[in-house]
Amino acid sequence: MAQYETYQYDVLVIGAGGAGLRAAIEASAAGVATGIVCKSLLGKAHTVMAEGGIAAALSNVDERDNWKVHFADTMRGGQYLNNWRMAELHAREAPQGVRDLEAWGALFDRTRDGRILQRNFGGHKYPRLAHVGDRTGLEMIRTLQDHGVHRGIDVHMECTVITLLKDGDRVAGAVAYDRERGRFRIFQARAVLLATGGIGRAYEITSNSWEYTGDGLALAYEAGAELMDMEFVQFHPTGMVWPPGVRGILVTEGVRGEGGVLLNKEGRRFMFDDIPELYRNQTADNEEEGWRYTQGDKQARRPPELLTRDHVARCIVREIKEGRGSPHGGVFLDISWIRKRLPHAAEHIKKKLPSMYHQFKALADIEITREPMEVGPTTHYMMGGIHVDADSQMSTAPGLFAAGECAAGLHGANRLGGNSLSDLLVFGKRAGTHAASFAQEHGPTRIDLEAAEASVRRALRLFEGNGQPALGDGPYRIQQDLQETMQRLVGIVRAEHEMLSALEAIEQLKVRAQAVRVSGNREYNSGWHTALDLPNLLIVAEAITRSGLERRESRGAHFREDYPSQDLAQGKLNLVLRKGPDGQMRIERRPIPQLPQPLQQIIDEMK
Amino acid sequence: MATATFRIWRGSPQGGRFEDYSTEISEGMVVLDAIHDIQARQANDLAVRWNCKAGRCGSCSAEIDGQPRLMCMTRLSTLPLDRPVTVEPMRAFPVVKDLVTDVSWNFRVKKQIKAFNPRPPDAQDGSWRMLQEEVDRVQEFRKCIECFLCQDVCHVLREHHLHEQFVGPRFFVHIAGLEMHPLDTEDRVPELRQAHGVGYCNITKCCTKVCPESIRITDNAIIPLKERVVDEFYDPLKKLFAKLWGLV
Repeated sequence: MAQYETYQYDVLVIGAGGAGLRAAIEASAAGVATGIVCKSLLGKAHTVMAEGGIAAALSNVDERDNWKVHFADTMRGGQYLNNWRMAELHAREAPQGVRDLEAWGALFDRTRDGRILQRNFGGHKYPRLAHVGDRTGLEMIRTLQDHGVHRGIDVHMECTVITLLKDGDRVAGAVAYDRERGRFRIFQARAVLLATGGIGRAYEITSNSWEYTGDGLALAYEAGAELMDMEFVQFHPTGMVWPPGVRGILVTEGVRGEGGVLLNKEGRRFMFDDIPELYRNQTADNEEEGWRYTQGDKQARRPPELLTRDHVARCIVREIKEGRGSPHGGVFLDISWIRKRLPHAAEHIKKKLPSMYHQFKALADIEITREPMEVGPTTHYMMGGIHVDADSQMSTAPGLFAAGECAAGLHGANRLGGNSLSDLLVFGKRAGTHAASFAQEHGPTRIDLEAAEASVRRALRLFEGNGQPALGDGPYRIQQDLQETMQRLVGIVRAEHEMLSALEAIEQLKVRAQAVRVSGNREYNSGWHTALDLPNLLIVAEAITRSGLERRESRGAHFREDYPSQDLAQGKLNLVLRKGPDGQMRIERRPIPQLPQPLQQIIDEMK
Repeated sequence: MATATFRIWRGSPQGGRFEDYSTEISEGMVVLDAIHDIQARQANDLAVRWNCKAGRCGSCSAEIDGQPRLMCMTRLSTLPLDRPVTVEPMRAFPVVKDLVTDVSWNFRVKKQIKAFNPRPPDAQDGSWRMLQEEVDRVQEFRKCIECFLCQDVCHVLREHHLHEQFVGPRFFVHIAGLEMHPLDTEDRVPELRQAHGVGYCNITKCCTKVCPESIRITDNAIIPLKERVVDEFYDPLKKLFAKLWGLV
């Protein structure tokens, strides 16, 4: 067995984005020894990229807002597949989550009377997003990081977990390697909390960085926990499309919230052409009303650019497919037109959207105050993930908790913009509290050293043969082939025959991943790291594809061209996946529990 | 398609050397794109840190043709490509491998700075009232993405290695953000003078020039902090009163 270091914690948090940090702070505040492990340096996780804001019914800008409206908006956005208890807790507790951040030093933009300012966003009935220009995620992660480092939390930076260890049924720890030196670490813990974020690297065009390989989902799946709602991958409607190196990088929905419009090459505002029935009453039917909404007119309805992300993404795909796209295969997003409406429009845009201004100027030579941007859909967010209990965030594996993007339930079939940051705050806090009590209520765990050693051996096997891959390809090539497969066959518009060929391709990729070998040594070896991430990506890809095949209807982010409408019966169930005793992926249809009357009433009243 | 040559530093704490890699380039490419192509096709084990690819996370700091820059925000079209583009790690920090440096000192320094400590809430619900004009100044400091390029270029750290006596521009920005925070009640001025070593800065503004977020580090953070130290410790009137009445 290779050398390794061992560490013991009451609560081990895996992932240091918003959810992981929030959870670690809460666990530590409960008085238990808390450790946090993250793949990157502290403060670099994808939360930093969140631009628009944190959705919370503070009702600072529109006093008609309250948790009930936020709850109804979230359920409508998720096409009623959401775990309604999570949606309720989220709507009720998000305002406190924002206030906690302010108490720890976050400085949000202000209203005239000195309170936290809130902005409009897609699918939210009232201006609800607490924000700092278009760098809200940076403000959030830095606040949590700076608060967290003074709480005595141990941080293991640039450290990747490869296996969860179990003590009987209970999750009891983890095996990890440090990226710098390639040394192994064994963590023994009374409770393990996954906060590993998304899966964007399963696709070719994504807003996600190299980190988002679905590690938490794969770790939980291998440990026997259930995954849920895996067919629902959010394609954000507006990613950059040019130049090639930045394809997929996010363009915040805040651009549309500030009055930006989507245009095809004929200059037509095509979003007016298709407004879904569910949103007709809330959507402006003319440009004038839409503009007034973005400027805070409480009588006006929102412009169709602010419909939910799944719908906007599909409308963009339609324009491109039908030949009305922009030169580099996107559509136009124009904020510069507000010059016609506002004095000092250029200054206003730079103040409200400084990062976007800088991003386009530096990377694409586009001056967004004067000319339109080119945008197209990009893989952005995973609605599905680890199946958790709504109140405690514990998975179906005892002692294993999950929060944030890697957990499923809150967002149903489609997530509203701004509900991700609030999700991290609300459920990060809950998971931290409950993981800490679990650790206090349950005795110490025993580490299965044999399993740990087997895990280390598997990782080191990749160096056998000194860089001569058995089938002639390296880890980057396999990852690229998987991304291309998923992009082409399990993307925004899906069909049975395509997903069946994707499954076949995934099987072949599994064989290639088994045979992959890497060169060099264990020190900061990106090739080795990429090879170790491959099995996780393959599990995620298979789960998305199998769930996509099983849901024979179109709902939210899951659109089937062979089943283009919603099906009432399938709208009452979630798809749940777990690893069967034979090692194969099992899929099960699970009915959604009946909504309690008071919550049903809220939804009916807000229709 | 056109090609360009990248002269990349490869090595470990024990030492290293530049190696040349040629790769195809296309319109709009940034240095990090080229590094990724080289990593995927020619040098799988090339070590490089990166995350967001959009200048937000501050992971991919390096020295490109001798200038401290973010690799993801440096367009090839802004560099002379008729000769090799040199890419090397930040020189003010110890090398881990290739382009990756050990920046852990920065994280240790931050831990030593007194945490934010707000006044009691203004409202029943635990919230505060602040005007936008009050927060504008601090919001500039909070744009910092912790790329540590300012630390890399600061001669107090880079040439004089005074890491134990001087926290560097990044943390003066951080401290300024706390000291000027409308809600904060803590006093960090004694530490600024002693442990944080603000006096070592002789305002050459190198840090300001390399900041990818265009934070006016010297003018808006460091100079006002120096003034606070002067006001508190070197005020001649205060000294006189102290002498006369034995006050400290």
